[in-house]
Amino acid sequence: MTATPIPIPTRRPLRQRVALTLEPWLYCAPVLILITAVMLVPLILGISYAFRDIQLLNPFSGGFVGLDHFQALGQDAAFLRALRNTLWWTGASVFLQLSFGLILALLLNVPFAGRGIAQSLVFLPWAVPTFLAGLNWAWLFNPVIGPIPHWLTALGLMEEPSNILSDPQIAMWGPIVAATWWGIPFFAITLLAALQSIPKDLYEAASIDGASPIQRFFSITLPYLAPVIAITVLLRTVWVANFADLIIVMTNGGPADRTQTVASYIFTQAFRRLDFGYASAVALVLLALLLAYSMVILVFRQKLSNRDR
Amino acid sequence: MTATRIFGTLAHRAAILAFITFALFPLFWLLKVSVTPNDLLYSEGVRLWPSATTLDHFRFVLANSEFPRFFANSLIVSGTTALVSTVLAALMGYALSRFRFRGKMWLAGLLLVTQMFPLVMLVAPIFKILSPLGLTNSLTGLILVYTAFNVPFASFLMQGFFDGIPPDLEQAAMIDGADRFTAFRQIILPLALPGVAATLGFVFTAAWSEMIFALMLISGSEKATFPVGLLTFVSKFSVDYGQMMAAGVLALIPACLFFLLIQRYLVQGMTAGAVKG
Repeated sequence: MTATPIPIPTRRPLRQRVALTLEPWLYCAPVLILITAVMLVPLILGISYAFRDIQLLNPFSGGFVGLDHFQALGQDAAFLRALRNTLWWTGASVFLQLSFGLILALLLNVPFAGRGIAQSLVFLPWAVPTFLAGLNWAWLFNPVIGPIPHWLTALGLMEEPSNILSDPQIAMWGPIVAATWWGIPFFAITLLAALQSIPKDLYEAASIDGASPIQRFFSITLPYLAPVIAITVLLRTVWVANFADLIIVMTNGGPADRTQTVASYIFTQAFRRLDFGYASAVALVLLALLLAYSMVILVFRQKLSNRDR
Repeated sequence: MTATRIFGTLAHRAAILAFITFALFPLFWLLKVSVTPNDLLYSEGVRLWPSATTLDHFRFVLANSEFPRFFANSLIVSGTTALVSTVLAALMGYALSRFRFRGKMWLAGLLLVTQMFPLVMLVAPIFKILSPLGLTNSLTGLILVYTAFNVPFASFLMQGFFDGIPPDLEQAAMIDGADRFTAFRQIILPLALPGVAATLGFVFTAAWSEMIFALMLISGSEKATFPVGLLTFVSKFSVDYGQMMAAGVLALIPACLFFLLIQRYLVQGMTAGAVKG
């Protein structure tokens, strides 16, 4: 019996190699399993619900209904109004958050005594739980307990102290103001970090060349911030469009559905009517719209940074 | 020249003051109503501070209502979520920071995508999955869901902190014979403690604020967390403003404590992310 000569082990033994390959996956496994079980499986299930008749209280539901939900959606006036409201709610909230967040970041970028304290005070709303922020602003708008209606009356903007949140014409401003209050810190923090990374010598060179502060803002600050603003606006828009907390707490979609957004509509369909199939169909439409929007912004941003180079 | 400069400085300070006022006024009003006695609530409705103050609302809320239980439930849920998420995120963040392996890009991409899609989409299917497992109307179910939602962001956060620690340290320990996990636990983790604290704070605050899934998964007051309890209270007894706002002030305390803990990492932590953006 002649044993074939054992090849000189230039590689590590198999067991050790397997162990080395597996090692990173052992560190990742808990997170991976959790995300799969609690996010990915429900996501796939949710997509399938959009094509099925799933009503929690109806034991005979569960069958496939094809595109029925989507056909119903096309004729659902409440959904179409919610779509319009979402556009207005998201657009106004993000625009106000960005504008005031940018102003705040520029103000905080100037060194002054007490900047640290000022910074933590203006960022505080961000730590307030959103349900509390919603209730807090609902109380401020309430003429019984809050000062805002009285101030507006004193300024002549309102006939008599009444609740903004119960006036169909202007009710949406309530959640928008609350969202702005809560969201300014996020933009300010991100933009402040970006501002601090702009090389200082650029400004010095520009002011030697005689550029005014306004010229410096438009030719140095804004171009530097543009990519950060684009990506932050993208993330925030998707987030705000999905964000139903403030609306559910402050108006619950009312009065007369005037503040119902797609996100709060999904919640209402799932939570109040327990119609999971229809809720999932609405959610799928929202997902598709947000994906399309993200694509547009990303392409736009790509163009923007290509032009610079 | 100096006149315009003084004017500019004044305008700057005034603007900062305006922002601080706007940020703090709602919280101030919450505090004000929570200490206003009931008989002054309406007669001194728009005064900035009542002529007499009382702690009765707080006393009532703490002694005669279910809020202490809601508070305890929220504390259990948020605390456990923060702890479990941070442990899992530390492992995941370490792998993302130190290993080079096939599929790593996909893994990071997957974590990123979970931050993008609408969570309202998951309300119905998660309820359907948890219900037969007995995990609806249970704090364990909430902890499970919150941990999954928070762990992707927490992993990126931990990865950022690990990236800042030089790899030579654990390599030296591994040459001395320690296995990688021991080196990770005894050398890297202690160095990353500020990062661990920040991650705990972020996740705790996020879990403390969550409302949609709490409303959907919890029914009845036995297992209600703070948002569910407060909203039920508001819709049932919508006239006890003093008590509601006292409860609101209580809900604010843990969130603010954690915010103060993490706020010095905020700009510094975001700088790294924003520059790349």
